[in-house]
Amino acid sequence: MTTPQPGSTDPAIVRNFSIIAHIDHGKSTLADRMLQQTGLVDARSMRAQYLDRMDIERERGITIKSQAVRLPYTSVSGENFVLNLIDTPGHVDFTYEVSRSLAACEGAVLLVDAAQGIEAQTLANLYLAMENELEIIPVLNKIDLPAAQPEKYAAELAHIIGCDPADILKVSAKTGEGVIELLERIVERVPAPKGDPAAPARALIFDSVYDTYRGVVTYVRVVDGRIATRDKIEMMSLGTTHELLEVGVISPEPMATKGLGVGEVGYLITGVKDVRQSRVGDTVTTAVHGATENLGGYRDPKPMVFSGLYPLDGSDYPELRDALDKLKLNDASLTYEPETSLALGFGFRCGFLGLLHLEIVRERLEREFNLDLISTAPNVIYRVVTDAGAEITVTNPSEFPETKLAKIFEPTVRATVILPSEFVGAVMELCQVRRGTLLGMDYLSEDRVELRYTLPMAEIVFDFFDQLKSKTRGYASLDYEPTGEQDADLVKVDILLHGEPVDAFSAVVHRDKAYAYGVTMAQKLKELIPRQQFEVPIQAAIGSRIITRETVRAMRKDVLAKCYGGDITRKRKLLEKQKEGKKRMKMVGRVEVPQEAFIAALSTSDTPTKK
Amino acid sequence: MAPISLYVHVPFCVSRCGYCDFNTYTASELAGGVNQESFHEILNQEVAFAARTLDQPTVSTIFFGGGTPTLIGAAALNNTLEFIGNNFSISDTVEITTEANPDSVDAKMFAELKAGGFNRISIGMQSASTNVLKILQRTHTPGASEKAARLAREAGFDHVNMDLIYGTPGETDADVRASVTAAVESGVDHISAYSLIVEDGTALARQVQSGELPAPDEDLSADRFEIIDHMLEDAGMQWYEISNWALPGGQGQHNQSYWNGSDWWGIGPGAHSHRSGTRWWNHKHPSTYARALETGSPQAGQEVLTAEQRHVETVMLGLRTRAGVDLGSLTDAEQERCSALAAQGLLDGGALALGVARVSDHGRLVADSVIRELLG
Repeated sequence: MTTPQPGSTDPAIVRNFSIIAHIDHGKSTLADRMLQQTGLVDARSMRAQYLDRMDIERERGITIKSQAVRLPYTSVSGENFVLNLIDTPGHVDFTYEVSRSLAACEGAVLLVDAAQGIEAQTLANLYLAMENELEIIPVLNKIDLPAAQPEKYAAELAHIIGCDPADILKVSAKTGEGVIELLERIVERVPAPKGDPAAPARALIFDSVYDTYRGVVTYVRVVDGRIATRDKIEMMSLGTTHELLEVGVISPEPMATKGLGVGEVGYLITGVKDVRQSRVGDTVTTAVHGATENLGGYRDPKPMVFSGLYPLDGSDYPELRDALDKLKLNDASLTYEPETSLALGFGFRCGFLGLLHLEIVRERLEREFNLDLISTAPNVIYRVVTDAGAEITVTNPSEFPETKLAKIFEPTVRATVILPSEFVGAVMELCQVRRGTLLGMDYLSEDRVELRYTLPMAEIVFDFFDQLKSKTRGYASLDYEPTGEQDADLVKVDILLHGEPVDAFSAVVHRDKAYAYGVTMAQKLKELIPRQQFEVPIQAAIGSRIITRETVRAMRKDVLAKCYGGDITRKRKLLEKQKEGKKRMKMVGRVEVPQEAFIAALSTSDTPTKK
Repeated sequence: MAPISLYVHVPFCVSRCGYCDFNTYTASELAGGVNQESFHEILNQEVAFAARTLDQPTVSTIFFGGGTPTLIGAAALNNTLEFIGNNFSISDTVEITTEANPDSVDAKMFAELKAGGFNRISIGMQSASTNVLKILQRTHTPGASEKAARLAREAGFDHVNMDLIYGTPGETDADVRASVTAAVESGVDHISAYSLIVEDGTALARQVQSGELPAPDEDLSADRFEIIDHMLEDAGMQWYEISNWALPGGQGQHNQSYWNGSDWWGIGPGAHSHRSGTRWWNHKHPSTYARALETGSPQAGQEVLTAEQRHVETVMLGLRTRAGVDLGSLTDAEQERCSALAAQGLLDGGALALGVARVSDHGRLVADSVIRELLG
């Protein structure tokens, strides 16, 4: 029997599926096992997390960009199939990307750790899959673990998706147990793709990745018609056309083919250099005799969270700009524009999909581009209407208007928290403090609860997840999606050092919390700012009204008692060292502030960041 | 050639005080045949080495420090002093000091030292408070230092210094006042007062680390400095360096050579030297030092200062003194910063008008910041 060739595969033997799983629940290991058990990768060339390409993905065990791999599979009964595993990004910030990956599939494997049960993001992605009418194949993983409770979590899953607990497969991706049964189940249950081979070509873009050598690699799922090498293609939402340089499939390495037919999954290369030219969710058609109607569901990526990124060493600014330019090629949702901070110098105000996105970008800038950065506290977008009726969009607290304001709108999210029932009280209290409104509460099983809240997004971006984890000893999981906006009584709190406002510390907060923010910040800074030759008042203010004050007392004594023969060299070296240290000071007016003070004051917790 | 100051280090003590990180040893016998009885002979070897190295050396000041120089006895000290006299040219007016521990001196010793040529005594009093002396782990009792000072005066020493330490945990303002009064009344013409510094590796550092003693408080130290300064001014003593006050004519000549860029040679283990922009230092341990000296030079390391480093040192050392720094030796930018520092009240405006950068009374307490600011 010959292996079905890409471009001429009968849709009836194609099965497109993805795996929905929480971080650490074993998705990458399961994918590895599938690569082996279908015979695509032999033991010798196998490596862990085969499909994860970025260092960060491997290290953090999460997938940032999707991958799609074509797995030829001969079933137990001897039939030939082609399985396309479309790996979905695994985090809350990338919900839209997940939804497009799911839209490219007919089925989804719901993979849940048999020792931990379902987590909030998995649940959210499961609902996305159900909305897309995907066939759900529930699987409990890690049944080899001593702590596994397959019966308990099978009941929980059955309750959530409404199936028979006996239908839930139990596998160990680690040992390979149950993986063949899973592959058989996929072949048997996941519907074959349906599409019109004679219709104009339409393919859904579910990911696009920038490659240094090839330019942008666009991952697509063909719905109707056929896309072939040397076709001229059109991006329907942008209306742009490109010559197609290569069409191929990943199996498991990229392999050029003559084309892709109905139901097939593969990649396109056009030579464009910017992923913005090839947007996730867009529809690809042929430029000649193309489709007139797109597949729908396209959305522009919209940053939700903003933060200022500044090089620790001001002379690194050009390097930071180049690094952002490079990252942008691979990240359609990253936005940035230059900004100047009195306190931090030249930097960029960057927009992100969410906190994890921010963290990943920051980490990549530091690691791949060797930059030392200060990032300001993350903030959301505010829509401000002045008394005069003018509407202003504020992405940086220091730009919050000083004039009289009629209304201020802040973005909200619908948050889902899954947690052991014993922590419900603590988490409800946290959500209350964060101005949340309870939408509902469900018991998933005897001791696990799903809480749903509407929360201001601003309350989530500032250390909410850390608090949630610490209040539930790490057992809670969180998912959220933007739901709109609400008007709120918000004010800008400025922090003044010796009478000078420090823009990097300005924050927009709810009026009820302004005092607490001011006090916390002033106290933190009091500890962080070294004593100067003069007394330094640290004040928090709303407009011109001072709400709190701390004082760094003037330095009384700074002189070494003894300086005789043997002390001189030592003293001069100390002086040289102090001179170096002075270079790392930022001047705010007359006040010398160490860089470390900015970093520590801007960090969300008392302890230094985890990195 | 320019005259040179000599420092002679005697690295022995009866016991080590809790705050002390000086190069000193309590054993009477160290490895390699080094012992307290014959140590002056080893010192003499370096004196000879120094005399050979320098061409027709003239000595401007001599200072025996430690450790506890008086521990090896007047005869040994006199022997080395005599040996110096045989190898260097010394005028009658040269200041010759030895440090003395109140425990290890008496009238007879002072008489012998006077006869041997010493003309200045520096006594480690530290405090008049029993409590403070105990925390500092000093072995002498209150009153012993004042008595030693009187004995030295009676033996004919016109110049006597008292060392004080302030800012010790547990010390009160009253303790400080009592110490200054006792020191002044003992008839000395010079007082050095040092704020207590917790040096790494000392018993005191361990006590502070473990919480047994609180760390010295900088603000309290500042208060105490002001108390001391006022009391000494009232007693007719004028400051001439951050930690040094003297009656007219009582300023220590030797220490000034450290601050005005003169040449000086340190004899003994761990001693530092300076000669026209080159600094070097001897092996620290007496046995290693003695062995190195045996085969040639006792030097363990050296640095040749760049012009910029010499300039930094000129400012760093000069600004600690009342003499200050001549504006002529400063760059234009530094001179401009001097004006700003005077405007802030950190430099003495009157002195500046006369062409000298000198810290103001307030500036003395933050002299290190002033030095950093001035150097830019």
